[in-house]
Amino acid sequence: MKKLTRIALAATLALSGLAASAQTLLNASYDVAREFYKDYNAAFVANYKKTTGKDIKIDQAHGGSSAQARAVNDGLDADVVTMNTTTDVDFLASTGVVAKDWNKRFAHNAAPTTSTMLFLTRNGNPKGIKDWDDLVKPGIKVIVVNPKTGGNGRMAYLAAWGFVKKKGGSDADAADFVGKLYKNVPVLAKGGRDATTIFLQRNIGDVLVTFESEVVSVDNEFGAGKVDAVHPSISIVAENPVAVVERTVAKKGTAALAKAYLDYLYSDEAQEIAAKHALRPRNPAILKKYASTFKPIQLFTVNEVFGSFADAQKVHFNDGGQFDKIYTVK
Amino acid sequence: MSTGMTSKKVQAGTTEARWIRYSLIGLALTFMFLFLVLPLAAVFTEALRKGLDAYLEALQEPDAWSAIRLTLITAAIAVPMNLVFGVAAAWAIAKYEFKGKSVLTTLVDLPFSVSPVVAGLIYVLMFGAQGWFGPWLQAHDIKIIFAVPGIILATVFVTFPFIARELIPLMQAQGNDEEQAAIVLGATGWQTFWYVTLPNIKWGLIYGVILCNARAMGEFGAVSVVSGHIRGQTNTMPLHVEILYNEYQSVAAFAVASLLALLALVTLVIKSVIEWQHDKDMKASADTPPERPLASTPDALA
Amino acid sequence: MTSLPIAAPAKRRTPAKVLPGFNLTLGFTIFYLSLIVLIPLSALLFKTFTLTWDQFVTAVTGPRVMASYRLTFGASLIAALVNVFFGLLVAWVLVRYDFFGKKIVDALVDLPFALPTAVAGISLTALLAGNGWVGQYLEPMGIVLAFNPNGVVIALIFIGLPFVVRTVQPVLEDTEKELEEAATCLGATRWQTFSKVIFPSVAPALLTGFAMAFARAIGEYGSVIFIAGNMPMISEITPLIIIGKLEQYDYAGATAVALVMLVVSFVLLLVINALQTWQRRRSGAPA
Repeated sequence: MKKLTRIALAATLALSGLAASAQTLLNASYDVAREFYKDYNAAFVANYKKTTGKDIKIDQAHGGSSAQARAVNDGLDADVVTMNTTTDVDFLASTGVVAKDWNKRFAHNAAPTTSTMLFLTRNGNPKGIKDWDDLVKPGIKVIVVNPKTGGNGRMAYLAAWGFVKKKGGSDADAADFVGKLYKNVPVLAKGGRDATTIFLQRNIGDVLVTFESEVVSVDNEFGAGKVDAVHPSISIVAENPVAVVERTVAKKGTAALAKAYLDYLYSDEAQEIAAKHALRPRNPAILKKYASTFKPIQLFTVNEVFGSFADAQKVHFNDGGQFDKIYTVK
Repeated sequence: MSTGMTSKKVQAGTTEARWIRYSLIGLALTFMFLFLVLPLAAVFTEALRKGLDAYLEALQEPDAWSAIRLTLITAAIAVPMNLVFGVAAAWAIAKYEFKGKSVLTTLVDLPFSVSPVVAGLIYVLMFGAQGWFGPWLQAHDIKIIFAVPGIILATVFVTFPFIARELIPLMQAQGNDEEQAAIVLGATGWQTFWYVTLPNIKWGLIYGVILCNARAMGEFGAVSVVSGHIRGQTNTMPLHVEILYNEYQSVAAFAVASLLALLALVTLVIKSVIEWQHDKDMKASADTPPERPLASTPDALA
Repeated sequence: MTSLPIAAPAKRRTPAKVLPGFNLTLGFTIFYLSLIVLIPLSALLFKTFTLTWDQFVTAVTGPRVMASYRLTFGASLIAALVNVFFGLLVAWVLVRYDFFGKKIVDALVDLPFALPTAVAGISLTALLAGNGWVGQYLEPMGIVLAFNPNGVVIALIFIGLPFVVRTVQPVLEDTEKELEEAATCLGATRWQTFSKVIFPSVAPALLTGFAMAFARAIGEYGSVIFIAGNMPMISEITPLIIIGKLEQYDYAGATAVALVMLVVSFVLLLVINALQTWQRRRSGAPA
């Protein structure tokens, strides 16, 4: 093993020697963003070459959002992180890996794209599911991601809770509603992909609550027309935060490049690529251009209803929190 | 008793009645079919769902190739390491009596019961940026976690007990006698091991290596934690399968998975070849006449 | 005995150290074991120590956690027992009988290892879910094998099978036919020969295989997580609880639960191994 370490060391040194001529950026991102970043990276590399004449290479590392955050915290040398849950970047800020004011470093809370939660029903919507209220009707089976293991699941929960609060309900009403909702859940999926598999391949459930951006993938894999996408009356904004990993760029000297990489996410070209991948762009013109994908929907943010994502995490998802109470308190 | 009757009774005593044999075979095959064949068939069905072309295309992707390479390298390093350990541990545990043997055996078993995620986690706790050796490693720019060495370490941990635990019951059942005889006849320790023990434990060793190899190539959880998932660099085949699956490319995912199944079957083909060769050798040596039969006649008779 | 020097060598000639290499092999074993297993596992211990006692107790005795212990250990036990029975059967059939396709069946036994655990999990789920090849016949009969604890047991049977088969196979191949023939000559029925001659000689290997299958089943995550259903208090396995804690960035809580699992596994395995040693000594097998 010592020999391998020396080989690895030599290789790293050789590569860093090469880096002087072609810098490499490592982007730690979440699972389903691969297709988006494949297109975006190509666009960014071309643009960078045009504006600065320099060649760069971008490596991608994809995994579960929190798993990736943990990896970066534990030493994965990513230059930037592009996550789909705010708490993951907050965690990195708390350990000093990214700057404490990371969400002020870029526009729109450092989230160039967002997504939201919507419902997927069987073709033709046989059970007539229109809104959150329909999910708690007796006999309706709902498929969601386990909030304990996936950001997708946490967003679904918060969206359901927020729906009640925005209607004017109290916390107790919301807790009651959410309790009923999860009683209608026969299986808690491990992640977004798992939930889709359960709904479409195992044919379990009447409705799937998932990210808007998953619909495109679903259509590609299973064929269009298998599911109906239903936009509820109101849903939650799921920001896709991005940040520079200060620890890494200090070591590698890639601070300028990292910032340029993240800045470009707000450009028109990038926002258009995002829209094509069903990620809601911040740019209002492009959002309107893709109105067929992004049907207008009333949205609320996490901060509006819960104060902050960190608070929501603590109150609802940590052990002993609201979500646990649904199952442990009879 | 006449010879004919003896052999018939002996035969009846050393093997079961026909109906028992057939029902046992049937029962075993049914169990195997339900629990092993069907899942395997499910993998290939999914892999070939969009036809052979899509199947081959999935395997030609550069990311898939670097994953295959990494998997093979990892197995090539982890298995020999555990092989040496397995033989040493089995020798120590099976051939001697000493206090605390049960505890040692249990410690060797322990990696089995550690959940893969925890197995990866402990190496992160040791070598990660916040870990014991983290700062030192960062200062010297040595990458263990989120690089190939970490993957190998995690794989070694997870496949740690395989060969040892294959050999221990076998060596215990075989006992000490032949080795003691060899020592008495003047062999050194190494000679005893090489010429006496090794041939005896050959099949346990081969099975152990095959199991160890299969698990090393198929390990997912522990490697997932320490790998960092850098595309084209630190993804093994199982990780690549997960990536493909999460990206809704289930045909490609099952294609790579079927490749893993095939790789494991290849090692078994190798084993069968060795077996067949061994049988051939045995038959050949049984057929040759004894060497120099008169050489053992003492001078006194000459 | 007189004070002849003959008595002294007799006492020194204990079977333990007749063979050379004890120090070398034991030393290397302990060194490698410590390096790869014990020292990293101690990281669990030290991380958990960062919790106060109260925090530790809350983390490992919460209602969901307790329910998960029941499921994980219970299902693993059942699966390992099933594997002992069927594993011995399969090993017997492979060693003693000849039939068409034997080599293929032999090769298939290692399948659960070669397949990444996640793939195994997905395939099993595909088979047993309501619309799967097997599930579609069972569910109308009321037998539900997916997304509940039954599914967990089935997945654990799948991944534990090779352990028992491959541990018993070499020992079975090694048993001497002469013993069986002698038993028959002495008047034993086939069943008596099996239960009194053959079975005791494979029993230690069987116990080892059981211990290995049981240990493996306890920690299993990838193949179970897809078929389990993951409903808190009902079908949540302990490794999932650990993941859940990591997702909350509660490293210490995760290591606490992992430590509990480790200690319980260690004790269980110790008991099984001690049982095996005792049983071997009783049946008079060589040391």
